[in-house]
Amino acid sequence: MSRGRPRVAVIVFPGSNDDRDAADALAELGAEPTLVWHGSEELPPVDAVVLPGGFSYGDYLRCGAIARFAPAMAAVVDLARAGGLVLGICNGFQILCEAGLLPGALRPNASLAFVCRDVPLVVERTDTPFTSRCEWGQVLTIPVKHGDGCWHPGPAFGSTNVVLGYAKGHNPNGSVDDVAGVVNDRGNVMGLMPHPEHAVETLLGSTDGALILGSLLDAAHERALAVA
Amino acid sequence: MLVRPKEGILDPQGDAVRSSLRQLGFAVDTARVGRVVDLELEAASRGEARGEVERMCAELLANPLIESFDIQLVE
Repeated sequence: MSRGRPRVAVIVFPGSNDDRDAADALAELGAEPTLVWHGSEELPPVDAVVLPGGFSYGDYLRCGAIARFAPAMAAVVDLARAGGLVLGICNGFQILCEAGLLPGALRPNASLAFVCRDVPLVVERTDTPFTSRCEWGQVLTIPVKHGDGCWHPGPAFGSTNVVLGYAKGHNPNGSVDDVAGVVNDRGNVMGLMPHPEHAVETLLGSTDGALILGSLLDAAHERALAVA
Repeated sequence: MLVRPKEGILDPQGDAVRSSLRQLGFAVDTARVGRVVDLELEAASRGEARGEVERMCAELLANPLIESFDIQLVE
């Protein structure tokens, strides 16, 4: 028997500001999102987790450095280690890197300027649960809005970890190798600096974000069915 | 303890500081910007205190991928 909509937890940290946009976008695309406060030690039963954009803990010390120790993150890490789907957007990407669930680290933009604009992204891998609706090499237009998006690889990084790159000449923050989004080796955790949740309605200029979130929901739905 | 951008890592803040200093007429070759965290803690010995702070750095205060740190003990 086919289950209902895929359930997605959107973790809310003090200072998160794109949590409701993420939840709204996911709901638009057919999911059943639940906002989960960072202080919860347990997650409700869900098929995927999204860490939203914002300025958790005011970006104090380093972006995402404190959020990674939030009570809810222990459950997110367990879920990720068990193979569950986790998507980190902007601050969420920073938190996943700090938590060691994704390779690398995000530093202040090379220009030192806060960048807020649409950027063209190139899809480098379509064999992930986050890009299955995309074509290889496809250009997606998705907005970025960040001051600390300059990604640096770590020793554990390999080129196959790159899922999305800024189109040549359009790197907004100085990220090494124009990397915009990475996935872990296992392929179940992804982080990206651009905001797909802000690109799901034609009214706002682009619906390319729906390809990423939609892919995630496809995968979440499949997993829900597999368990049922 | 002092946290600095790791050697070799691009430090745009440092570059901005260097540019500004040079504009003011100072002959500065390089500038790197880090941060200071002052901690007060009780420990049985200097060695124990240093060990505790090193663990704090490893867990929270510094990101070893992009930062290096120095601990200075003051009694």
